[in-house]
Amino acid sequence: MAAIEAEGLRRTYKTHTGTVRRKAKEIEAVRGIDFQVREGELFGLLGPNGAGKTTTIKMLITLLIPTAGTARVLGIDVVKNANEVRKRIGYVFGGERGVYERLSGYDNLRYFAELYGVPPAEQKPRIEELLELVGLRGREHERAEGYSRGMKQRLHVARGLLHDPEVIFLDEPTIGLDPVGARDVRATIASLTEAGKTVLLTTHYMFEADALCDRIAVITQGEIVAEGTPADLKRGVGEGTVVEVEVYGVGNETVERVRGLGGVTAVAVEEREQAQVLVVQTGPGAELTQAILGCLNGSDVGRISHREPTLEDAYVALVAE
Amino acid sequence: MRSLRFVFVSWKLQFKMIMRSPFDGIGNVIYPLFFATTAFFVFRAGSSPRTLIYASLGAAVMGMWSSVSTSAGSAMQRDRWWGTLELLVAAPRHFSLILFPSTLGLATVGIYNLTATLLWGRFAFGIPLTIEHPLLFGFSVVGTVLAFAGLGLLFAVSFVRFRAAWVLGNFFEYPVWLICGFLVPLSLLPDWVRPISWVLAPTWGMNAIRESALGGTPLPDLLLCLGLGAVYVAFAVLVTNRVLYDARARGSLSLT
Repeated sequence: MAAIEAEGLRRTYKTHTGTVRRKAKEIEAVRGIDFQVREGELFGLLGPNGAGKTTTIKMLITLLIPTAGTARVLGIDVVKNANEVRKRIGYVFGGERGVYERLSGYDNLRYFAELYGVPPAEQKPRIEELLELVGLRGREHERAEGYSRGMKQRLHVARGLLHDPEVIFLDEPTIGLDPVGARDVRATIASLTEAGKTVLLTTHYMFEADALCDRIAVITQGEIVAEGTPADLKRGVGEGTVVEVEVYGVGNETVERVRGLGGVTAVAVEEREQAQVLVVQTGPGAELTQAILGCLNGSDVGRISHREPTLEDAYVALVAE
Repeated sequence: MRSLRFVFVSWKLQFKMIMRSPFDGIGNVIYPLFFATTAFFVFRAGSSPRTLIYASLGAAVMGMWSSVSTSAGSAMQRDRWWGTLELLVAAPRHFSLILFPSTLGLATVGIYNLTATLLWGRFAFGIPLTIEHPLLFGFSVVGTVLAFAGLGLLFAVSFVRFRAAWVLGNFFEYPVWLICGFLVPLSLLPDWVRPISWVLAPTWGMNAIRESALGGTPLPDLLLCLGLGAVYVAFAVLVTNRVLYDARARGSLSLT
């Protein structure tokens, strides 16, 4: 039995435009997705902002009713038997919200321990164990309003694990954290699967997905466009080459000209300090450096380099399709 | 037993949060003074000490009611702003049980408001503070707090479904002062208002508090107050699942 199953999962939202002449508009956030997560697996849902990652997670954790399709967690239907699902899952999201700022970190955990029915005798040792795990020991009696973003994030992780859930949903848990804080949270996530937990992680950090996930589904505009191990996804663009050209002030027209070259599979522009870097993915055997430079005629060009594709390139290629 | 423990621990933590809010703190200092002053100036013309006690008790319950009606809505609104509402909904407890300690915490602040208003009246304006049946007075106050918490729960459930409903809390604050006879006897109100007063637990809670303080028979009023409080709770529990399903279907839980 899969730990998480989604079949034809769809979710639309109604929104309105205009003030006097209000018009209802329907937005399709998730357009009928299917995937399965095996028990003990760390599964990544990777996609840009607005791709439908959070909506998918919210349907799975019973906060949203799907417009169509079904979803089961540990074989339990998330709509028909929401309360049973809630007992067996943990949910952690990124950012500073979701904390009672006027309570201490310890009181926050105590409240949620009660909320999740952790037996009274187990609460104290469990909270202390989790404070140790997330590195908040010694600061637990301070009010949460004085915590840094990283500390609040770690408090979220501890809260999500209080009732020792079998399946854990992590929605962009490292967003906005400094590198050290993010590394600590990633180490905690890695330890969850070692403890036999099933984890569904959403992120838009490629290296995070690459480092942590057993399998990844790439979601864009509400649809899953690729699924497999990080190695599988890299292999999708693995036989090509990536050309990176440092440019200064490249316009959209130029980018479109490069995109139109035969053998180019994807083009992206990244901002790096003073310069921009044109990242061009090419198909196997294509040598397009001269053709690319031809398209850039008139622009200031800096360093040119060639490299092997990474998971990020695979992701950009998939999302750009 | 576990549910009772949850209500107790949760009430304690909610109370802690309310006590730590500077905004609520200032309100709790100013409101009783305001209510006691109003009662004194409105009723001093009567010059009878009994009338002044009557008014002082009314003003004290006004404070209790204001604490519940305005704060129940803003408490839910705060949960939306803080992003904790979704976490509460995603927890495996009945949602009305999660909300009840919160409204109970607010009603408990009401006890402080009641005491502070009576003390302000006593020391600032010399309104005598005599309680004929102290034990029954205590029961009446606790019964009124519980009924207010029940009504607050009903409000809070509607605030989950309707984001703007917290405004209703403010809207209900003043009419209840009048309709439930906090300051003016119900006999002075038009006949058509009375059925509305009868279905509102604050009417009976107010009567029970006055009867026990001034020397009467508070028990029937207290029982009616508690009975109506229980009806509010039962109704809130019944509609909670429907309201939550609707909010999940609309996707409005995460909206602020």
